[in-house]
Amino acid sequence: MSLQHFINHAVSPWMQADGPDADIVLSSRIRLARNLSEFAFPVIASKEQAQKALYFIKEKLEDESYHSLGTFEWLQMNELQSIEKRVLVEKHLISPNLDKESGDSAVLINESESVSIMVNEEDHLRIQCLFPGFQLNEALTLANGIDDWIESKFDYAFDEKRGYLTSCPTNVGTGLRASVMVHLPALMITQRMNRIAPAINQFGLVVRGIYGEGSEALGNVFQISNQITLGKSEEDIVEDLRGVVMQLIQQEKVARRDLLKMSKIQLEDRIYRSYGVLAHSRIIHSKEAAKCLSDVRLGIDLGIISGLPRTILNELMVLTQPGFLQHYFKESLTPDERDVRRATLIRERIQLEQNQDEPRD
Amino acid sequence: MECQECHIRPATLHFTKIINGHKTEVHLCEECAREKGEIMAGSNAFSIHNLLSGLLNFEQPMEANGGSHEHDPLQCPKCGLTYNEFTRIGKFGCDECYKTFDEKLNPILRKVHSGNTAHIGKIPRRMGKDISARRKILDLKDRLQELVEKEEFEEAAKTRDLIRELERGGDQ
Ligand SMILES: [Zn+2]
Ligand SMILES: [Zn+2]
Repeated sequence: MSLQHFINHAVSPWMQADGPDADIVLSSRIRLARNLSEFAFPVIASKEQAQKALYFIKEKLEDESYHSLGTFEWLQMNELQSIEKRVLVEKHLISPNLDKESGDSAVLINESESVSIMVNEEDHLRIQCLFPGFQLNEALTLANGIDDWIESKFDYAFDEKRGYLTSCPTNVGTGLRASVMVHLPALMITQRMNRIAPAINQFGLVVRGIYGEGSEALGNVFQISNQITLGKSEEDIVEDLRGVVMQLIQQEKVARRDLLKMSKIQLEDRIYRSYGVLAHSRIIHSKEAAKCLSDVRLGIDLGIISGLPRTILNELMVLTQPGFLQHYFKESLTPDERDVRRATLIRERIQLEQNQDEPRD
Repeated sequence: MECQECHIRPATLHFTKIINGHKTEVHLCEECAREKGEIMAGSNAFSIHNLLSGLLNFEQPMEANGGSHEHDPLQCPKCGLTYNEFTRIGKFGCDECYKTFDEKLNPILRKVHSGNTAHIGKIPRRMGKDISARRKILDLKDRLQELVEKEEFEEAAKTRDLIRELERGGDQ
């Protein structure tokens, strides 16, 4: 498989588009948790019950299409290889829990991979809409539309007092988790994030890192999401998150300006060194790769580096994760081998861009 | 910011924990969070899930004063989940569980959702038609009251007619 082909396959089409505030907000996501009234929730369902619910849902949603989203493809977890599942996890299309809860789970994905509907995760249905850049309202509107469409086919577990009934009490009510993925290198370099993160928590929002093992904020990429799902309308939840993220964008812009004003040469040095490491290293650990990718992305956003696409950060963050590396090189790799292959893949990716810049005959 | 537990590694998890109504800010590194059971490995959800089973277990002793000597009197008739089992796994088994355990839910929901116990968001479009209509009528009745108090009788009459129409028809 050629690298270009692999990237096209590995990076979701929706991710390649540029959204509003794309220099800071990488993506916006809305997730709705829904259950069917007819069946026990997947967490306690017997295998037989889980299968029944799965096929009931499959029959009504497989190969169906919703407006311009195209047809939904049905991927059943017990028919996928573990490497394929890992790739779906690394693309954020399924949660790592999806095939742990029971083998009888599946995901519906549209062509551009902007919408995924997990079936039999912790809840019967988890509708997820992903948009590039800062587009929470757009994502909510789409998720609501898909929700109405699905609800026209199934009886939901809903109660007037408690709202949408979910398996976990932390999701009940709206069943809504709204989140944005933000790249905050300048707030990290200037160490202002230390003060900002606790302030964000004051608003009932959760801040965490997303890439890497566990929750370390690899590549200075953070996820901000709502914690409360009950007693607030969907619009208010999204609006409160939007307000905080807007301030965060402002703060990051100020920090970037300050860096340029007060330590431009140091910043340029840092960015070019990282570029050099990515372009030439032969062994690179995921942590170092993430740091360098963050620097280079900042360089692109500040106009210091040209000739590389912005999406290279998200793209290579995904591509250089263990599942993708093994998928690309078609073999299972030890951590040491991964570091070598990671360096190779990053070099090839950067060269690909440089070759494209040269005139072709 | 350093981790408040080990004071060595940087804190990467930041959240507000609400215990017995008191808000506490928690800043932990990955390792300490895992050790303290504040995080589920590989989960996309945050620590609240584990925190929650802590809350639920805390609720349990209160049940002892309930007077019932039968072990585990509360059991969902639809899925068979008992209240004890619910507090152990921190998850409901079906929609009926919410009704079965209803009396015990308010304190739990209040702690998890900043004092909230009732849903005020979306209502399912197809199934919730009646609820939506009923809510709309209630809203209009509130509005009618206001208008009468403000002596805006012309508007009030219009609102009253609208309420009547909605109460009669219901399905448009
Ligand atoms: Zn620690
Ligand atoms: Zn039940």
